[in-house]
Amino acid sequence: MPASSARSREERAAVRQAVSVSVATGLYGISFGALAVAAGLDVPQTMALSLLMFSGGSQFAFIGVVGAGGAPMAAVATAGLLGARNGLYGVQVAPLLAAHGWRRPLAAHLTIDESTAVGTAQTTPGAIRAGFWWAGAGVFVLWNAFTLAGALLGDALGDPTRYGLDAAAAAAFLALLWPRLAGRLARATAAAALAVALALTPLVPAGVPVLAAAAVAVVVGWTARAGGAASGPHPAAA
Amino acid sequence: MSPDLATWLAILAASAVCFGIKLVGHLVPEHWLAEPRVARTASLVTVALLAALVGVQTVTTGQHVTVDARLPALAVAAVALALRAPFVVVVVLAAATAAGLRALA
Repeated sequence: MPASSARSREERAAVRQAVSVSVATGLYGISFGALAVAAGLDVPQTMALSLLMFSGGSQFAFIGVVGAGGAPMAAVATAGLLGARNGLYGVQVAPLLAAHGWRRPLAAHLTIDESTAVGTAQTTPGAIRAGFWWAGAGVFVLWNAFTLAGALLGDALGDPTRYGLDAAAAAAFLALLWPRLAGRLARATAAAALAVALALTPLVPAGVPVLAAAAVAVVVGWTARAGGAASGPHPAAA
Repeated sequence: MSPDLATWLAILAASAVCFGIKLVGHLVPEHWLAEPRVARTASLVTVALLAALVGVQTVTTGQHVTVDARLPALAVAAVALALRAPFVVVVVLAAATAAGLRALA
C-alpha cells in the first residue's frame, strides 16, 4: 500500500471509493454470520470461512450445501466452482499490481469481486493499486468483524426458521445472482440451472443437484456463440 | 469421523481450494486464459450455481420439493431487488416475510 502523504487526486478518489464499497460489503457479513450458524456451523467454523475462504459467494454456497444436508465433498466442490471467477480476476489484476514476494499471496487472498472492481475502475497505476489494496483490506476487516457479530447474534436467536433465516438464505443467493442476470445467455443459463437442480433433487443426494447445474453452464459457455455473457466483476457479490 | 471433524476438514479443504484458485490466477501467464470462452464459462458457472442455490434454498426440504413461506419471502426479495434495495434490506425483508407468515399460520 503506498503510504506517501503526497497521494494524487486519483489515488484519494480510489481510496474513498474503496472505503464505501468496504462498508457496504462488510455490513452483509452480518447475514453471512447469522446464516452460517443457522446452517449448523459453530462460531469458530463460521469465522474460519470468512478469514480463510474470504469469498462471499463461495462462503454462502458452502453453508447452503452443508445446511441442506449435502456431503462435505459437495460443499467443497460447490465453493471451489463459485470461486473459479476469482482466478480470472487474478489474471486481470496481477500485471496491474506488480506485487512481489509476500505481497503476492496476500494480493491473491484479497482478490475478490470488490477489490477487482474498484481496482480496475481506476485510471492511473497508483490509483489502481490504491483501489485494489484498500478495497481488499477494507472488505477483509469489515467482512470478518460483521461475520463475528452475525454469528454471535445467530447463536443467541436459536431456532432459525422462527426468524425466517432459511428464507433469508434464499434471498441472499438471489441478491448475489441479480446483478449477473444481464444478457439473454445468462438468464437462459440461470433458468436451465434452476430446472436441472429442482428436477434432480428427489433423485440424487443433497448437494449434487447444484453441481449438476454447474455442468449445464460449462456446456452452454463452451458451445454458445461469442458475445453473450458479461464477465466483469460484480461488486454485489464478495 | 465425527460430523464436527468432517465439517472442519471440509472448511479447510474448501478454503485451500479457493485460495489456490486465486493464487494460480496471479501466477499463470496472462495469455493462458485469454480464450474468451474461458471467461464466459466461468461467468456462467457462477450464474448457474447461484440460480440452483436459489431454487434449492427456496423450494426443497431434504430430497423433497416443497412450497412454504420461503417462496412468498423470495418474491418479496425479488421486488426489493428490482427496486434496487441494498443487500441487507433484501435479506431482512425476506426473513421478516417468512417469519411473519409462519407466526400467522
